[in-house]
Amino acid sequence: MDAIRVEDLTKQFQDVTAVDHISFSVEEGELFGLLGPNGAGKTTTINMLSTLLKPTSGRAEVGGFDVARRRDDVRKSIGVVFQEPALDGKLTGRENLDFHGMMYGIKSEERRRRIDDVLTLVDLTDKAAVLVEKYSGGMKRRLEIARGLIQHPKVLFLDEPTLGLDAQTRRHIWDYVRKLNREKKVTIILTTHYMEEADYLCGRIAIMDHGKFVALDTPSRLKDVLGGDVVSLEIAGEEGAAAALEAALKALDWIKKFQRHDGVLSLTMEKGERRIPELINFAQDHGVTVDCVHLRKPSLEDVFLHFTGRTIREQEANVGERARGRMMGHGRR
Amino acid sequence: MISGYAVYVLWLREMKRFMRAKSRIIGSLMQPLFFLAFLGLGFNKMAIPGVAPGVNYMSFLVPGILGMTLLFSSSMQGLSVLWDREFGFLKEIMVAPVGRVSIVLGRIAGGTTTTLFQGVLVLLLSLLMGFHLTHPAGLLAAFFFMVLISFTFIGFGLIFASLMKDMQGFGIIINFIIFPLFFLSGALYPLKNLPWIIRALSYADPLTYGIDGLRGVLIGVNSLPIIADFLILAGFALVMLFLGAWFFEKSESV
Repeated sequence: MDAIRVEDLTKQFQDVTAVDHISFSVEEGELFGLLGPNGAGKTTTINMLSTLLKPTSGRAEVGGFDVARRRDDVRKSIGVVFQEPALDGKLTGRENLDFHGMMYGIKSEERRRRIDDVLTLVDLTDKAAVLVEKYSGGMKRRLEIARGLIQHPKVLFLDEPTLGLDAQTRRHIWDYVRKLNREKKVTIILTTHYMEEADYLCGRIAIMDHGKFVALDTPSRLKDVLGGDVVSLEIAGEEGAAAALEAALKALDWIKKFQRHDGVLSLTMEKGERRIPELINFAQDHGVTVDCVHLRKPSLEDVFLHFTGRTIREQEANVGERARGRMMGHGRR
Repeated sequence: MISGYAVYVLWLREMKRFMRAKSRIIGSLMQPLFFLAFLGLGFNKMAIPGVAPGVNYMSFLVPGILGMTLLFSSSMQGLSVLWDREFGFLKEIMVAPVGRVSIVLGRIAGGTTTTLFQGVLVLLLSLLMGFHLTHPAGLLAAFFFMVLISFTFIGFGLIFASLMKDMQGFGIIINFIIFPLFFLSGALYPLKNLPWIIRALSYADPLTYGIDGLRGVLIGVNSLPIIADFLILAGFALVMLFLGAWFFEKSESV
């Protein structure tokens, strides 16, 4: 069964179309990524799916319930971790979780058990009695993820779960997210503008730009669109040797593209790492010595560039500042 | 539709926040205390035209300052939705599977409790400062007026908080709406002394009826019949609560 089904979903703000007729579905148990620059419409999509915004047109179902008509049923089946912190700093970690559990109508004993569970999951048990305003940015994030799980949601939305966090904390959160998805079988929808995050975590990725999906597939197949890995061979000796090798290599049908420049031969192929020994042997058989080999795997960054004609960083030069402002405003490290 | 449990949870959160903000409680008591001490003592010996003979200014002032405390505290409580929006917590409340009406009721319950707590403290402090009640039963009647004043201005704050997207307009509301409401209410002087055009505005101010009623039940001095004060104020309270809830429900939470 599909955990999420979206048809022609659109959100219009005055003269801006934030989300423009997107359609997709997410299977139960999937870890699905929405990748794109700020302003692409990821958060607006999440807000509509989590009932905070009403769609202008189109339909969306979460857990089998229409997000516009059966809002309370949707709310009962989801957990949301928002992009901006949504904690009460004047309450302790446990009190924040307790508030949440009570709002979801979970009875006292069961609530305590579940809160202990999720606190353990995110390693915050010994900080549970501390006021949240004293938490670091990473701890707040972990607490929010824990909170999203108390009601045992069928679908968990994570909106930029690692924005503004340091590399180590980001790793930790990735591990939690994976663990949740695999062990607790929670369907997870995650938005991010970090390529490596989407690549590392998601089973499928939708690339979003200007409110539309420009691509939707598994990370590896998205990268395959670019034709595969690039293996560069640095050839010893004069230019002639490289040219001769290139001519000989044309006989191999798994090499898709050839490029020769200053004695460096760049070859495009799938599964480059498996082909390197073969290439070196081939060169030796033809009396050519390879000095140096370089393998470059295409990244989602390349994929984004391929589909939109821009790099994701060009698209959002101000993200760093936003993230910093957010940390100063809400987090203490 | 209405979940008593959710109302209780929201109320509980407000209580915890309030009890932890010791400086906020003290701060909120200092302002009325200063008004009472300096205005009350300063003008006490003076004959203010319009104040009934035999009533000293201090006695006249106490219900007014009580009304002021309630006005400020309850509008802040209504406007506190803005803080929740600013700090993101509103989203946490809004994605919960709880009817919007319960959320509004929870806010009103929490806001009323903290406001009344401050009002009662101000009343106790003024008794310590030598304020004389005409009759002890007046305290009970005063309590009803205090509840109605709280309801009215929490609803009022909710309306504005729902209409505003951020904190930008906050200062404007305080300076251009809350302060005029306070001065127009006759908290500091008898309304008789005002030019008729301003007095007309005073009668559109719900706090006028609250303070006149409080004066009636606490010191036996009122310009309208107490029951009229009570009914008009109750009307305002109902309308404001309804509008506050309506606007809050209409507003989008992100």
